[in-house]
Amino acid sequence: MKQYFKNTWEGLWTVFVGMKITFKHLFVPSVTIQYPDVKVPLPERVRNRLYVNMDDCIGCDQCARACPVECIEIETVKSMPEEDLGKTSNGKKKALWVTKFNIDIAKCCYCQLCVFPCPTECIYMTDVYEFSEFKREDLLYKFSTLSGEETLQKKENFEKFQAEKEAQKAAEIKAKAEAAAKAKAESESKPNSDETKQSEPPKQENS
Amino acid sequence: MALRTEELILNVGPQHPSTHGVLRLEVELEGELVVKVKPHIGYLHRCFEKHAEAMTYPQVIPYTDRMDYLASMYNNFGYVIAVEKLMGIEVPERVEYIRVIMGELQRIASHMVALGTYGLDLGAFTPFLYLFRDREKILTMFEMTCGARLLYNYMWVGGLSHDLHPDFVRLAREFIQYFRPNIVELNNLLTYNKIFIERTAHIGILPADTAINYGITGPMLRASGVNWDLRKNDTYSIYNRFDFDIPVGQGHMGTVGDCWDRYYVRVLEMEQSMRILEQALDQLPEGDINSALPKRIKPPVGTVYQRVENPKGELGYFIISDGSLNPFRVKVRGPSFVNLSVINELSRGHLIADLIAILGSIDIVLGEIDR
Amino acid sequence: MYNFLTELTGNEIIAAFISAMLPVVFIVPFVIFGVLAERKVSAHIQDRLGPMRVGYHGVLQTVADFFKLIQKEDIIAEGADRKFFNLAPYLVFVGSYAVYAALPFTSTYIGSETDIGLFYIIAVSGFAVAGILMGGWASNNKYSLYGALRSAAQIVSYEIPTALVILSMVMLTGTLSLATMSEMQTAYFWNWNIFGGAEWAFTKLLLIPFMFIAFIILYISTLAEVNRLPFDMPEAESELVAGYSTEYSGMKFAMFFLAEYGNMFAVSALVSVIFFGGYQSPFGYLGNSLGLQWLIPYEQLFWFALKGILFVLVQMWLRWTLPRVRVDQLMTICWKYLIPYSFANLIIIGLITLL
Repeated sequence: MKQYFKNTWEGLWTVFVGMKITFKHLFVPSVTIQYPDVKVPLPERVRNRLYVNMDDCIGCDQCARACPVECIEIETVKSMPEEDLGKTSNGKKKALWVTKFNIDIAKCCYCQLCVFPCPTECIYMTDVYEFSEFKREDLLYKFSTLSGEETLQKKENFEKFQAEKEAQKAAEIKAKAEAAAKAKAESESKPNSDETKQSEPPKQENS
Repeated sequence: MALRTEELILNVGPQHPSTHGVLRLEVELEGELVVKVKPHIGYLHRCFEKHAEAMTYPQVIPYTDRMDYLASMYNNFGYVIAVEKLMGIEVPERVEYIRVIMGELQRIASHMVALGTYGLDLGAFTPFLYLFRDREKILTMFEMTCGARLLYNYMWVGGLSHDLHPDFVRLAREFIQYFRPNIVELNNLLTYNKIFIERTAHIGILPADTAINYGITGPMLRASGVNWDLRKNDTYSIYNRFDFDIPVGQGHMGTVGDCWDRYYVRVLEMEQSMRILEQALDQLPEGDINSALPKRIKPPVGTVYQRVENPKGELGYFIISDGSLNPFRVKVRGPSFVNLSVINELSRGHLIADLIAILGSIDIVLGEIDR
Repeated sequence: MYNFLTELTGNEIIAAFISAMLPVVFIVPFVIFGVLAERKVSAHIQDRLGPMRVGYHGVLQTVADFFKLIQKEDIIAEGADRKFFNLAPYLVFVGSYAVYAALPFTSTYIGSETDIGLFYIIAVSGFAVAGILMGGWASNNKYSLYGALRSAAQIVSYEIPTALVILSMVMLTGTLSLATMSEMQTAYFWNWNIFGGAEWAFTKLLLIPFMFIAFIILYISTLAEVNRLPFDMPEAESELVAGYSTEYSGMKFAMFFLAEYGNMFAVSALVSVIFFGGYQSPFGYLGNSLGLQWLIPYEQLFWFALKGILFVLVQMWLRWTLPRVRVDQLMTICWKYLIPYSFANLIIIGLITLL
């Protein structure tokens, strides 16, 4: 019987205590803000959308290798010896044309692992966090500063250069082979030379 | 002739307001009484363990964040000290202290969500928002330090990604000052409310022997009266330097090991975490945090098992290294996963409403159950 | 009012129709206000701002929501029993609307000047159960069914303490008519029933504590009858998703909503009529002191609405403070606590009135 009245009393009293607390809170200023109109100031270390400063990028591919979700895709083409790509802000010489630097921000997990290995500090996280898009393709950010034509041209240049080099090499090999043939012809009388010796040296040079 | 009766099968979830994620409970009911509960998991499976085999050691850390996403710091903590143990790295004092500070703040934040959503499960909406308001302060401190609010990737093997923000220590002290009275308010508003006590006391009693048999850990085990906390019993990092108590369930309002005890142990643990925080903030040494960072993380061939006291229980990492840059195998012993296994035992014979109360008191995070 | 309208229009049917439609003019704006108030009260209790974007501080939010709801697709699940599924929301609304017929808004307007208003209200407030059961069953959803069955048990049980308290008040005042009851508690607040009624005697002082007990019992049990939070079993959000209204969408869902808020005001008004003098002003009428007789009904309407809304606000306040009780505890509170207390109260009030 005592328990019965105690229960009744506790039931009413604790409800009353709770109501007193919530009533006090009616007059506490609100802690929420009107988001799109008012925004919370972000701290300086905030990790949001990735940005790449292409002026400084040397195309070393370290960020792409650090990424755990493989959202960075980099393709590079070697520059011509006569081309000068300039220097990065911390004095590194650029030697590669970065023809493709894509970040699929939809895949990005904002872990910041790509930021630390960058030797020129050109990839970093900004404080932009409102970048929703209607199409998934629009979330694929292309940072490469080269236009499609330029890219093709660079590739062509490089291929041409490569081809020229190859041709040069081939010519050298040919010359060598000819020289070897001459030498062979001169030493025709000695029959102990075998085929393998002839074919091996050029192969090594090629590689 | 008696009419044929059969149990009603009710699917609670995967989309349900109080399954804390995408858990599906197949409940057999007799009227409103629960006969059997069968949890179905896997809706959030992301192959963490398999993924880890294709990642380098530092790349795994962001994945550990996403397991128990309410306690990311602690997931990082466990993983990095496991790898450090494997490599034999000794980290600087300051790093140890910062890790403990972050870990305990994370414990408070995680318990806040647990308590708040528990109130929500029982229909009390307001304590939930009060706790989230306070949790926001912790998240702001984390954001200030490492730039992220939820998935930090803050602790690295051999160090930390950033040093503390200059304002951090002051803010942490202010937070402790601010939060202590709020615990009292929470107790008055919810913990000692008669309706709340009626809903939770004597409900879902978990005896100590059953808890141990099921491998239950964390606040759930302590609520059953077992004094077991890895911070004391299998100490790691620098927890042996701090003076704190381990709250255990006493059965104040009902029986030892009921839902109220599970709830109240978490409330008391927040207070203890604040004690650790105060000591750690006082002792925090100066120094370089990067001095022990290895150039490349390539542990020697071997295995390691490291367990830490996650806010939800024992979080263990078992790592096999084959001497390469990628771990050969990473196995996680998740506390929520193990703790959930006891739900059938706990809720048999209770009402649906109690089932929700019991599920809430287990405090599961589906990200970690499904991994 | 009815007589006045009959004279004005010269047709009894039209007069009855107009007279019956008048509460709608009150309910709809009240619901629009009520939903907004609920959101604002909850927001400020929780240190939030609540709706802020539509109009000044979000005052038009409910209007916007209403327009959204009427544009919504009306989804009927394939397995649902279409006939009953469609009928249920209207039945629930009728149940809540019918209560308004016996509520005296002012001394001049009452929907039906019946002598058995209280009896009628008790009878009719059980009507909503039929609608809720119908909706829950026809949805063909297990959650809805659970909600509906819980609701039936709950509303039927809580009728008993309500009826017992009302019985004790009927004993005290000697009338079943709400209009008469309001009239008896005239002019000043010390004449209200909560302070022992208008009769000056030493029994008045004796009655006050028991009146407070009666008031608390009636308030709790009406709270349960309208399924508000500590007792919102039928739609226990965290257990039964949305209870009996889980499968409803669009305008039909809005009808349930309308009925809920209509009910909230109806029971609050009932409490205020029984204990707090209904439409009577606590300080005397401005119309009397200024000599403007036509002003009095408007003042009465103001006080009636104010008292009702005050109790509705307390309901909201309770909702955002308390956790939900369990379904068996709901029955315990009713059968083991409220009914014995109201019985004891009934006997004591009876004895005091005999003195």
